[in-house]
Amino acid sequence: MATTLPAEPRMQSTAAPRFSKVSGWKLFIKTIGARAYPRVIGAQREKSWMFFEIFLPLLAVSAYVFVYRAIQAPEEYIGFVIVGGAMTAFWMNILWSMSSQLYWEKETGNLALYIMAPNSMMAILLGMAFGGLFMTSVRALVIFVVGSWLFQVQYQVTNFWQLILVFSLTMIALYGMGMMSASVFLLLSREAWHISNLAQEPVYLMSGFYFPVKSLGFLTSLAASIIPLTLGLDALRQLAFPSGSELGFLPVRIEIGILIVLSIVFLVVARWLLAYMEKLAIREGRLTESRR
Amino acid sequence: MSARISVTESTGLPSLVRTFRLSAWLGWQIESNWADPFLFAIYSLVKPLASVAILVVMYSVITGGDFESPMFTYMYIGNAFYLFVGQVMTGISWAVIDDREHYKTIKYIYLAPIHFPTYLLGRGVARFLITSISVAVTLLIGVLFLDVQIILAQVNWPLLLISLIIGVNMLAMMGLILASIMLLMAHHNWGLGEAVAGALYLFSGAIFPLEVLPPALRVIGYLMPTTYWLELIRRSLAGQIAGTYPTLQNLSNTQLLGILLLLSILFAIISAITFRWCDHRARERGLIDVVTNY
Repeated sequence: MATTLPAEPRMQSTAAPRFSKVSGWKLFIKTIGARAYPRVIGAQREKSWMFFEIFLPLLAVSAYVFVYRAIQAPEEYIGFVIVGGAMTAFWMNILWSMSSQLYWEKETGNLALYIMAPNSMMAILLGMAFGGLFMTSVRALVIFVVGSWLFQVQYQVTNFWQLILVFSLTMIALYGMGMMSASVFLLLSREAWHISNLAQEPVYLMSGFYFPVKSLGFLTSLAASIIPLTLGLDALRQLAFPSGSELGFLPVRIEIGILIVLSIVFLVVARWLLAYMEKLAIREGRLTESRR
Repeated sequence: MSARISVTESTGLPSLVRTFRLSAWLGWQIESNWADPFLFAIYSLVKPLASVAILVVMYSVITGGDFESPMFTYMYIGNAFYLFVGQVMTGISWAVIDDREHYKTIKYIYLAPIHFPTYLLGRGVARFLITSISVAVTLLIGVLFLDVQIILAQVNWPLLLISLIIGVNMLAMMGLILASIMLLMAHHNWGLGEAVAGALYLFSGAIFPLEVLPPALRVIGYLMPTTYWLELIRRSLAGQIAGTYPTLQNLSNTQLLGILLLLSILFAIISAITFRWCDHRARERGLIDVVTNY
């Protein structure tokens, strides 16, 4: 009796699945997007940041506004505080989400994965910067708009394009600085956390977040100019307030020039330091180290 | 014959004291052993001094350095003691993130037969000690170089001591509330303690009299225990200055102490309820040992 064997299933193609190998600039850009993605999406998943990172800092900034009101300061100083208060969001982002990030990634085990993957570490840092910049800009903008509305701050922009240019250059230089310090922090352990912690109030003081930096004297202001926010804030105030130029530290054009130099230097040094520190960390076997 | 292991009752007073003592020691080690003592001392002083210097410069720019004004002393003392608010609250609340996401030891601490809120309170002691030194140095600099009007012979020491004891306990309870909330939050909210302290800065009359605030916001200030605490500190250190501003002029020292004590008890009750609720919610949602990496 003939038996009918069940028909064999149709043979599937035995060829290995094709991977589209991404490399070069495509990989670089994809890496930037991939690293920026969790920054943006993370904020959507944990919406409490809106309260803790917008509302509470706005109240803290308001305290400085009322100090100026209590000592009968000219109204423009209220505006100085609002602009400075909004910019603190960027400095906090640089400290905690750029500089300390590679250290934190090392502690949580991601860093070794980043290095093993066939992508550029520079792209990882840029992704962190873009993601952080986007989210921080939202925070800063809300603080700026709400603060200006609440305290009826009057702006008088003398040159809109210069204002945009100053802000953009400040951000490039600032995030370049963050990328640079991320490499340095890679070799640190708990010190990284403490250094970030230390670099808050002293920088708010030296960079003139709540008053014109010129008040600190020429040499102190000059030394503080290594932090891009010092000159950035000073130039923004000069361009946005009628008496800004009187209280400005240097002419805006010179500040723009210095910011361009800082941007280039920080980005180039960040690239060099990243390569050096990565090699050093691999050689010393400290990439997966966790000194707690 | 099997050895008997004596398990200490975790809620008995000796056990609570031991938990508090050991977690305070642990907190001190974590805060201080990353650097040599000299570097650590500088680190501990630079940050608070810078925050005070911001106000000094703001004041100086506008008034042309009129440090003899009562307003300056009012602002300086308030700001110096306000350092406790941020540091005590952060010290206690940060311990949750530190143990959960950095050291990843929180589950073991939960498993241990200890009272977890007591452990958290102990973790805040290190920051309290460090801040006490910072406050003392800040005041010293103020008196020596900035004409802050504190005359040692006129300081009301008993009032200062009682105010400090009640006030620090009140801050610890506020810290415990934040720590409880932290159990439910991702690690990027590590700055919760300082953020809340920054926000309360506005309402506590720390650096300007409450009269400067719009009436609606002033009400919040009157509900905050920190307002009464800072007023008591000012009255004990520089009574003549505190009397210059009408904010709480109608209240005697005893009345202020009574209000501070009542509000502290209220915050203690709120912290106990908040901890119970957040702890239950964190266990329910599996958040006790969560690691959040955005």
